[in-house]
Amino acid sequence: MHERDVPMIRTVQRSLLALALLFTGGVSADEVKVAVAANFTAPLQAIAPAFEKATGHKLVASFGATGQFYAQISNGAPFEVLLAADDTTPARLENEGATVPGSRFTYAIGSLVLWSADAAYLDGTDAALQAGQFRHLAIANPKAAPYGLAAMQVLDKLGLSEAVKGKLVEGQNITQAHQFVSTGNAELGFVALSQVYQDGKVGSGSAWIVPDAMYEPIRQDAVILRQGASNPAAAALVEYLQRAEAARVIESFGYKLP
Amino acid sequence: MPLSKNDLDAILLTLELASLTTVLLLIIGTPIALWLARTDSWLKRPVGAIVALPLVLPPTVIGFYLLVSMGPNGFFGQLTQSLGLGTFTFSFTGLVIGSIFYSLPFVVQPLQNAFEAIGRGPLEAAATLRANPWDSFFSVVLPLARPGFITAAILAFAHTVGEFGVVLMIGGNIPGKTQVVSVQIYNHVETMNYAQAHWLAGGMVAFSFIILLALYGGRSARVRTL
Repeated sequence: MHERDVPMIRTVQRSLLALALLFTGGVSADEVKVAVAANFTAPLQAIAPAFEKATGHKLVASFGATGQFYAQISNGAPFEVLLAADDTTPARLENEGATVPGSRFTYAIGSLVLWSADAAYLDGTDAALQAGQFRHLAIANPKAAPYGLAAMQVLDKLGLSEAVKGKLVEGQNITQAHQFVSTGNAELGFVALSQVYQDGKVGSGSAWIVPDAMYEPIRQDAVILRQGASNPAAAALVEYLQRAEAARVIESFGYKLP
Repeated sequence: MPLSKNDLDAILLTLELASLTTVLLLIIGTPIALWLARTDSWLKRPVGAIVALPLVLPPTVIGFYLLVSMGPNGFFGQLTQSLGLGTFTFSFTGLVIGSIFYSLPFVVQPLQNAFEAIGRGPLEAAATLRANPWDSFFSVVLPLARPGFITAAILAFAHTVGEFGVVLMIGGNIPGKTQVVSVQIYNHVETMNYAQAHWLAGGMVAFSFIILLALYGGRSARVRTL
């Protein structure tokens, strides 16, 4: 590049910056801070750019365990919307007066899958689980994570709770359970379908998609938190999540909708 | 009783892990510290830096690499499998290995300082009295470096008790096997059992304070080793 080009580039950069400032001023873009359950990481990452484009608002997401978010929100964390992994935590926050009344709704119903990183390990049934020829079965902490609780319900239904007791390893959340399986440290694990589902099928490894009847529905509720009461971006996000285009993305990750 | 059986198991397991780690670290750390204190090799700086790495690395980094390397596809995991030992993730042995890496600098550095403080004089004196290297180690170096050993042992123990990230990454939260106190506190907070979390967390604060008090209280009477 020639040196005399540099001042011109600077001018162009400055004009672009001025233009950008002009636009953001005009559209009244707001920022919404969202606490997102770990299992909803991939769908939210897919939804965020479309939401930002459609509404002009900016979305800042933190991904983590719902129990941890509860502790943080009760202690003044600046989240404005919570996308929980369950329906009890948003209800609890609502009872405590930490939410905007009437804003709670079910944004997704989670599906559980038994998954192995080894493409030949599972044949679409629970045969390998029944056979018990594995050293470790990963689940999310059943006391803290709804997917962990659902996994325990499935094991109970199959009458395998006692048999696998010594083989269970717990991740603190569903992300860690997935990590134990994807690194091969656990041959098998119960994870969220959304973690392994891409374009309408299980993307890698092998799986058994657990029939819905074997566990209580994992209703995942969203709620606007008190901090977000006067933020138009928070309301816009909750509205956007209920649009058909968001629903399509959510379903493409294996969730069901109410 | 505010503490559940799982809580008590976690306390016992933590003490067991910290004790075993401390003993093993003193055995492993002593030759490393001796070598670092004595050598003029160009390797001194790189080895010293590697030993100090856990001081600056987030425990999640150590935990992540341990999870991958001790797993069935990792280098260490393949080695242990070929020896018929299986893999060490999700086991007490795995936690001991992780803790040794994690607390290594807390043993090597005080020992190295203690050995350096002794200098060559006493050893040369011992040599002129025809002491062989083993004699001079046990009758000269060990007694003179005693404060360093005490500091190293206390720090290794306390630091292992306080370990969280590494255990979280490779433990799998198994009661009685890998569920240590710090993880149990995290469980209580996550499941909103704040009362039980307070009991364990308060206990940790008291324990750590007493340990540090012993360390600093004892140190005023001894040579400074850190």
